Amino acid sequence: MRSITIGESTFSCQPDETVLETLLRENVQIPNGCRQGLCQACQMRSLDNSPPVSAQAGLKDTLQMQNYFLPCICHPEQNMTVALPNQQGASIEAAVIKKQLLTPDIVHLVLEYQSPFNFFAGQFVNLTRADGLTRSYSIANIPQHENILEFHIRRLPNGQFSSWVYDELELGEQLTISEAQGSCHYLPGRAEQPLMLIGTGSGLAPLYGIIADALAQDHSGPIHLYHGSRDLNGLYFIDEMRELAAEFDNFYYTPCLSGEDIESEHVRGRVHDIALSSTESLSGWRIFLCGHPDMVNQTKRMAFMKGASMGDIYADAFHVLQVEK
Amino acid sequence: MSESQPSLYEQLGGEAAVNAAVDIFYRKVLADHRINRFFDNSDMEKQAAKQKAFLTMAFGGPNNYSGTDMRTAHAHLVKMGLNDSHFDAVMEHLGATLTELNVPAELIGKAAAIAESTRKDVLGK
Repeated sequence: MRSITIGESTFSCQPDETVLETLLRENVQIPNGCRQGLCQACQMRSLDNSPPVSAQAGLKDTLQMQNYFLPCICHPEQNMTVALPNQQGASIEAAVIKKQLLTPDIVHLVLEYQSPFNFFAGQFVNLTRADGLTRSYSIANIPQHENILEFHIRRLPNGQFSSWVYDELELGEQLTISEAQGSCHYLPGRAEQPLMLIGTGSGLAPLYGIIADALAQDHSGPIHLYHGSRDLNGLYFIDEMRELAAEFDNFYYTPCLSGEDIESEHVRGRVHDIALSSTESLSGWRIFLCGHPDMVNQTKRMAFMKGASMGDIYADAFHVLQVEK
Repeated sequence: MSESQPSLYEQLGGEAAVNAAVDIFYRKVLADHRINRFFDNSDMEKQAAKQKAFLTMAFGGPNNYSGTDMRTAHAHLVKMGLNDSHFDAVMEHLGATLTELNVPAELIGKAAAIAESTRKDVLGK
């Protein structure tokens, strides 16, 4: 008989029982719906072993890679330790080793960690300072040997955390980092597929990581990056992106400005309008969307209507915490 | 009978056929101004999974939905004004999707009959 561990509790999975049936029988609250592996309401993650492949049917490929599975169709093949998607695993400590302004509004923060840490470029983590204040930020680099994590942090008006990073955070200071989360990242395979990446403001951070990852994994199809901002302060890494485009024949970069009355050579208009109108159909494309939630949700729908398959759209909406004043 | 007939689900092509149909069907629904407000959900992934569950059922595939489940799941839409005309529109898109995938008319009829059988529960009648 297999055992299922969730949080502090361990239960026995009876023969013929699914993981969901075991947990519900033991009165563990798990959201669920169809109980046949379709509605994905009960989605969980295996923390130790790979779940049975049959229990991952229909899940997004990036979630499969992260050992997400559907407990309603999972007959465990070994003992499992599981968690709901919002349950956090272990966190680690990291020290600030670099802090530099990219624009007057965006700071490049580099942290170094010692403990083992796994992530995919494009995922995000929660950063927590000593008094417990926590915010989510996307990782802007690919996993390397140096044990560093890079972030592009935009200073928000009245942003408690971002202002603190700007004004007070010093080199050498420690931050707590949650495990990496999110399903918006690159996976190898289908190397010839055209990629379209659309980001606003510091949404460039995860996209930059995803592009670096795709190029490092020899993606051969065209990679089109559209980076947009209202004003020039939100556009950054312009030289770096142009250098990358010069170095890689299959990488194309289009910076866009949506604000009125700005003197500049950049393409004018909303970034997702410009990106989506660049091609007749998005059938067969892989799409990555990061940044403002309205842009992300609207573009997700538009890209789908324009022919992109739902499974090929990866998105990360940057929700800003509304703080009562 | 000497041998058993393949099920409707098998004849339609099983899960692969559902996967082929779901994006086409969901696109038609979202593009239809008569009904897309009922399908407007910022979490398109979850919404697409529900469409897949619906198509699996209509294809005669494995499903555990009871009439009560159908009623509960659609109760909030009935409050929003969901009625027969909207159900008809969805039936239209189901048929058009299967036609687009070159499914024989006879099988489309069978799938439509299964979907039709949920009408009362979906509309809370």
